[in-house]
Amino acid sequence: MDDLREGLNEVECDLLVIGGGTAGPMAAYRARKKNPNAKVILLEKANVKRSGAISMGMDGLNNAVIPGHSTPEQYTKEITIANDGICDQAAVYKYAQQCYSIIEELDGFGIRFQKDENGEYDVKKVHHMGTYVLPMPNGDTVKKALYRQLRRARVLISNRFMATRLLIGKSGRAAGTIAVNTRTGEFLVIKAKAVIMCMGAAGRLGLPTSGYLYGTYENPTNSGEGYAMAYHAGAKLANLECFQINPLIKDYNGPACAYVAGPFGGYTANSKNERFIECDYWSGQMMQEFYNELQSGNGPVFLKLNHLHKDTADHIEHILHTVERPSRGRFHEQRGTKYSEKMIEMHISEIGFCSGHSASGVFVDEFARTSVAGLYAAGDMASVPHNYMLGAFTNGAIAGEDAIDFAEEVDFDDFDSEAVALERERVLAPTRREDGIPPNQIEYKTRRLVNDYLQPPKVTAKYELCQQRLAEIRDDLENRMVVRDAHELMRSMEVASILDCADMAAFASLYRKESRWGLYHYRSDFPDSNDEEWNCHVMLSKQNGRMTCEKQAVQPYIIPIADDEKDAYYKQRITAQA
Amino acid sequence: MPLANTPTSVPVEVDEGKCIADKGCTVCVDVCPLDVLRISDLTGKAYMKYDECWYCMPCEADCPTDAVTVNIPYLLR
Repeated sequence: MDDLREGLNEVECDLLVIGGGTAGPMAAYRARKKNPNAKVILLEKANVKRSGAISMGMDGLNNAVIPGHSTPEQYTKEITIANDGICDQAAVYKYAQQCYSIIEELDGFGIRFQKDENGEYDVKKVHHMGTYVLPMPNGDTVKKALYRQLRRARVLISNRFMATRLLIGKSGRAAGTIAVNTRTGEFLVIKAKAVIMCMGAAGRLGLPTSGYLYGTYENPTNSGEGYAMAYHAGAKLANLECFQINPLIKDYNGPACAYVAGPFGGYTANSKNERFIECDYWSGQMMQEFYNELQSGNGPVFLKLNHLHKDTADHIEHILHTVERPSRGRFHEQRGTKYSEKMIEMHISEIGFCSGHSASGVFVDEFARTSVAGLYAAGDMASVPHNYMLGAFTNGAIAGEDAIDFAEEVDFDDFDSEAVALERERVLAPTRREDGIPPNQIEYKTRRLVNDYLQPPKVTAKYELCQQRLAEIRDDLENRMVVRDAHELMRSMEVASILDCADMAAFASLYRKESRWGLYHYRSDFPDSNDEEWNCHVMLSKQNGRMTCEKQAVQPYIIPIADDEKDAYYKQRITAQA
Repeated sequence: MPLANTPTSVPVEVDEGKCIADKGCTVCVDVCPLDVLRISDLTGKAYMKYDECWYCMPCEADCPTDAVTVNIPYLLR
């Protein structure tokens, strides 16, 4: 295994879904359900059985809109405010209307959600305003349940193939992809009538302080290929300056999860054991308060459960140590820390792109359509804000159904075969060199610069220095990177995506000359928000081979936001301490 | 510039007495999202070839003989 082989195969399908994590399986499944005659291929860089952000499951739904607990109108309003007004509500509203039926469908797959003694969904309040959090007692079975449905629906699964570039047809439509086998380096061209990208976050952008390149908050297989491929295909990307930054357990790369602890009475505290934010729901505004406290004389920041009854603290510990990131239990065991005994030190994550938590994604409308015909995106890489796992499932379903109808109406869009030859040369160039710089060092240097210069607070001069240094690295990547086997070939393509994402993060951030979304886009030299100029999306795209940004108006709100509600997420700090 | 190898202690530990990779099992190699596990030509057993771990644990959870343990790596401890 891993020895490089020459090879080029070609297959065709009606619909190609790239990425077998959360949104991808749902998209492929729903497409086959809607059109059982269609040929649907699900392409995955790892193995669909255990790939993506929910590799080991999930402990709950963060954004469930369940009748009797909340309404789609309330949810749309909350997310608009949480996302600081920059929100095309149609996609959020549609999600909110459809997610309950997805919960019922998942329930039918055998994924259970917590119910109370009356058999009603046991929804908890964590957000600033509404009630949307639903625990999943057997959340560790999610991937198994999904995989069973994919087999039953006879979706064609191709594991260990990494897509590197989209193919765009002569009439400008998505025409398929070029992919490389991650264990042999052989190429596969997949022709398709429609393509759905579900390729996850750009989680390997910042460098975790632990020193491990792969010790990231996000699953490190999510290295931003979706963002890079959409960019090179000419699609528009929205609000990339709205970074993802999350609260973590210090040193361990799992979330501190006040979501799970909050409903039981746990909260985020400072070193004086005091609560300093009213609401633990993750938003840029909340992260700004977190960051301020961390830097202040009251820092650092802790997850506080030791005031709870031991049984309660132990119960929370049990949930957090078995689902989503179970190695967390081992981490605490080694340190000798028990949640019931002392507060757990927290820190903030490295930066990334992830609309699942923030709003940075390939721009999509309420049908998951990107700005390129026949190209769809769903999940963490698509621009629907604060989407989380249920958003990936729901928008995946929406994408699958719309794309399979689109594929039914069109024929294959012919593409220039020269594109395939050029892409093979680009990918294989590092394998033709005798010596040079290995991908891991190019990656380390890129991500170290991201930490040094791009991490908020954002400063214009630092950003410009970063751009110069990244251009030097690009020259190394294109002319001096060396690859010795198929595994390293995969890593070399990942680092190319990481570098593209770093460039996009810098470019989009410099364009928006104001501060917004709390810490996510805090610019020290433009510290105030400026609604007159910047109450709009920033759209980044490749035009005539160059990175370009433009403003796009926010669509008129479907659910109006009153003036006195707009700043609700900026009123998180507890002012009078008891 | 020439390349060198730098030693690193890796998180995934395989109990060779329990591992049945020599009988054709490849479960841990198949499920690893980062694709960092391989079967050794020398011993016929699974091992961690690349230090690119997320400590996510499918290798341990899915191993049919409980041969795999994911430890917290040194820099995180």
